Amino acid sequence: MLAPILVVLAGAVAGVLIEAFAPRKSRASSQLALSLFTLVIALAALVRTRGTYSSKAAMNTVTFDGAGYLLQMAILIIAIIAILLLADSDKFAAAPTAAPGSDEEREAQAANIRVTEVYPLTLFAIGGALLFTVATDLITLFVALEVLSLPLYLMAGLARRRRLASQEAALKYFLLGAFSSAFFLFGVAYLYGYSNSITYSGIAAAITGGTANDVFLLIGISFVSVGLLFKVSAVPFHSWAPDVYQGSPTAVTAFMAAATKVAAFGAMLRIFYVAFAGDVWQWRPMLTAIALITMVFGSLVAISQRDVKRMLAYSSIAHAGFLLSGIIALNKSGLDATIFYLFAYGIATVGAFAIVSLINDASGEVTDLNRWAGLGKRSPWIAIAFSFLLLAFAGIPLTSGFVGKFSIFSAAYESGNTAILITGVLSSAIAAFFYIRVVVLMFFKDPVEDGTSVVIPSIYTRITILVSLVITLILGVFPAPVLDYISQTAFFLR
Amino acid sequence: MLLPLLGAALIALIPSAQERLVKQVALGTTLVVAVATLVKAMSFDAENTELQFRQSYSWIPSFGINWALGVDGIALVLILMSVILAPLVILGGWNESEGGRFGVKTFYILILVLETMVIGVFAATDLFLFYVFFEAMLVPIYFLIGGYGSGERAAAAVKFLLYSLFGGLLMLASIIGLFVISGQNGEVTFDITKLSELHTVMSSTTQNILFLGFFIAFAIKAPLWPFHTWLPDAAKSGSAGTSILLLGILDKVGTYGMIRFCLSIFPDASKTFTPVIIVLSLISILYGAFLAIGAKDIKRLIAYTSISHFGFITLGIFAMTTQSQSGATLYMFNHGFSTAALFLVAGWMIIRRGSSTISDFGGLQRITPIMAWSFFIAGLSGLALPGLSSFVSEFLVLVGTYTRYPLAAIIATFGIVLAALYILIPVQRALHGETTPGNENLKDLNLREKVTIAPVIAIIIFLGFYPSPLLKVINPAAAHIVQQQGYSDPAPTMNGGK
Repeated sequence: MLAPILVVLAGAVAGVLIEAFAPRKSRASSQLALSLFTLVIALAALVRTRGTYSSKAAMNTVTFDGAGYLLQMAILIIAIIAILLLADSDKFAAAPTAAPGSDEEREAQAANIRVTEVYPLTLFAIGGALLFTVATDLITLFVALEVLSLPLYLMAGLARRRRLASQEAALKYFLLGAFSSAFFLFGVAYLYGYSNSITYSGIAAAITGGTANDVFLLIGISFVSVGLLFKVSAVPFHSWAPDVYQGSPTAVTAFMAAATKVAAFGAMLRIFYVAFAGDVWQWRPMLTAIALITMVFGSLVAISQRDVKRMLAYSSIAHAGFLLSGIIALNKSGLDATIFYLFAYGIATVGAFAIVSLINDASGEVTDLNRWAGLGKRSPWIAIAFSFLLLAFAGIPLTSGFVGKFSIFSAAYESGNTAILITGVLSSAIAAFFYIRVVVLMFFKDPVEDGTSVVIPSIYTRITILVSLVITLILGVFPAPVLDYISQTAFFLR
Repeated sequence: MLLPLLGAALIALIPSAQERLVKQVALGTTLVVAVATLVKAMSFDAENTELQFRQSYSWIPSFGINWALGVDGIALVLILMSVILAPLVILGGWNESEGGRFGVKTFYILILVLETMVIGVFAATDLFLFYVFFEAMLVPIYFLIGGYGSGERAAAAVKFLLYSLFGGLLMLASIIGLFVISGQNGEVTFDITKLSELHTVMSSTTQNILFLGFFIAFAIKAPLWPFHTWLPDAAKSGSAGTSILLLGILDKVGTYGMIRFCLSIFPDASKTFTPVIIVLSLISILYGAFLAIGAKDIKRLIAYTSISHFGFITLGIFAMTTQSQSGATLYMFNHGFSTAALFLVAGWMIIRRGSSTISDFGGLQRITPIMAWSFFIAGLSGLALPGLSSFVSEFLVLVGTYTRYPLAAIIATFGIVLAALYILIPVQRALHGETTPGNENLKDLNLREKVTIAPVIAIIIFLGFYPSPLLKVINPAAAHIVQQQGYSDPAPTMNGGK
């Protein structure tokens, strides 16, 4: 049952070996082939485990159940289409260790060196993400968190152009991430003190048993939540997201925004539904407040963004708020809705960033929104595709985003949370404003002649965009099979 | 009923460079749809108050969502109006699509897609399906306004879209509310008939809140004062054809929604809010009329008159008598055609003159008699002159309202007086009087334009004298809705000529 995780980690190790021994020329193609192969095998291995559920794997530290199965599947599918984006490796720094602007860097660029460490790093991160969703004790959860995060810190600094911004992003991400890990561990210690156990079932039993001091429990939940909320970029732990999204290479941003979000929310779902469910009356007000602030803040601040990657970053913050409402709901429909939403959002996000990576000028990607003006005239298909994904983010009917929003808000309302429903709907209205603004910009403004152009997408990027569009459309028009599948499969083993 | 259209939209996708062919295919499609709908409508059983021509397929079973269509008399009349107007819009604006931002082909694709969605929105008997059409409809009309209009078209399109989205999302909140409540009382469902039984289990507070979500969305769409501010901009910036689609057809979705959802799902809340809504309608009637009198731009003028007319329609809907209810539906139908006539002629005038300011016209009666007469008749229909179709509906609304709310009816009557002013002043300025310099060489209507305007005027006059075929279809449905509300028609207390 650990097979998918092991396959991915083995693939990552093999990737490191290729990096060390294969000749430079064939590295890029063999790395890509290896990564794809690994992910497909992992997916196949995962599908084979369907139905064999257990909470005892790896000495009681990992639980395989329906929800974990679905989340891992979502991560692997998203990873497969996201890793294709890495194939355009002229996006990555030639010599990541050299100081920006140094002679060493210039030499590396002149020699046309293509660095391919990013593939094994991504595989390590995917392995961490898979483990993150099924971990059922706090130490395993922490290990998974770090396995997921460390490669991401590195990957954020790999951009070929604007290297200073990229390194700043990496450093910021690392420092803030380290802080949040510390908070997380602090909370773990309190939870251990409270329940004398680090397993979810132990904590849940201690809560229902109810003899220990509740203050420790509250401190523990709060600090563990800080660590997790940081990963999903909920307000007030969001400040890294815009800089990191902007500074990282776009392909990495796509992976980070989609797969990490699924993993982090998957872990949150499990810990709140399984371990903390008995204490819902204490954490629900806290999380509700954070969800409300996150929705409103993300939508409002996104309006004033001039950079498309920053805008998508704030939009992802707003979506984190919507997703939190599924966790707060704490019912079966909340679980189903969150999983569906995560999958739909992740797929659309990868597609959107794939398109961002296509808009270029002589010095690299153009992310300034003003220079996207008139894109509808120059490359109508790209503009239509991007608009469609934006409409999906905005939750317009016939896109996956609408079905997701509908199900997650109805789950929230079902749990009696009217505030979430109303705030969620209103902030969707605000959010619609800035998505529409980009559509206006692309279609109704005249292009500026400054050499901004759309590069012809490589076959890999094309596949990514196409798959993302098709899934977004299908989930919007015929969501029934997927919804049914999720509602039959999703459950937590306690 | 829907399928021919979907296929047609796909056909329009194929040819690319041949603009003429695209136009012909589009026109042909809309004509075929119109004829097919008329034929189908012949077999409609007017006496039966049940929904007819029903079809239902399961769409998202886990949410109880069905692809369910069906019509009653009210929906049928509105669908008829839409399918008849569509070919006229295409024919009337034969060259409108040129010089647009997205090319000719896109224009017709958008129109056909829009037509499909409009039929869907009127025929949907599943609330979720209705909502999907209601929102998705915004996308084509948004591009029609923003891509093929004039002036500040992009800004107007965005304003329109944001208003509508905001309303739509409020409605979504209410829909989610209903969905959850239906789940708590049996099975989750979106079927309108089943939803309309839910009011027995809802507390009055819940009902009021959910009602407001729906009502505000529809009031923005309709548009009712104070939610109207997007309309004049959108109507002015859109091309004439777009404005017809927008005011003539799309805005009816708002008033239709009030009948179909506000009234039938929330009867108690409707009663609670009736006084407020009647006041809002009266304000709309008078406010729209005053603004129309002061309007300098011919398309803004028509938009303001529409605000006034929508006031009448809402008044009729919430007055809750059979007369006012059927009057309101008939009003929607007639308003579609009189607005279409006004916009068509106004559009031609603007293209010829290159200006949309009323004072730039003058003496058109002498130079272009046919155009001037058409405008005159359309205008008269707008002020509800006896013998023209809108007279019948306005009369019904007023009579129906009077039997229940005499004061409201009397105030609304002032709207008619003002209507005479806002129509006759521009008619006098634009058509009669001195010929304004620059107008000497304007051409009269050509054959295509005559063919377009003739059926519209024919319908206006015919229904003015003989509205009963339509009323026969509308009346039972309207009576059914009034009954559902638990109202019976009050006996007319004053018989003096009423």
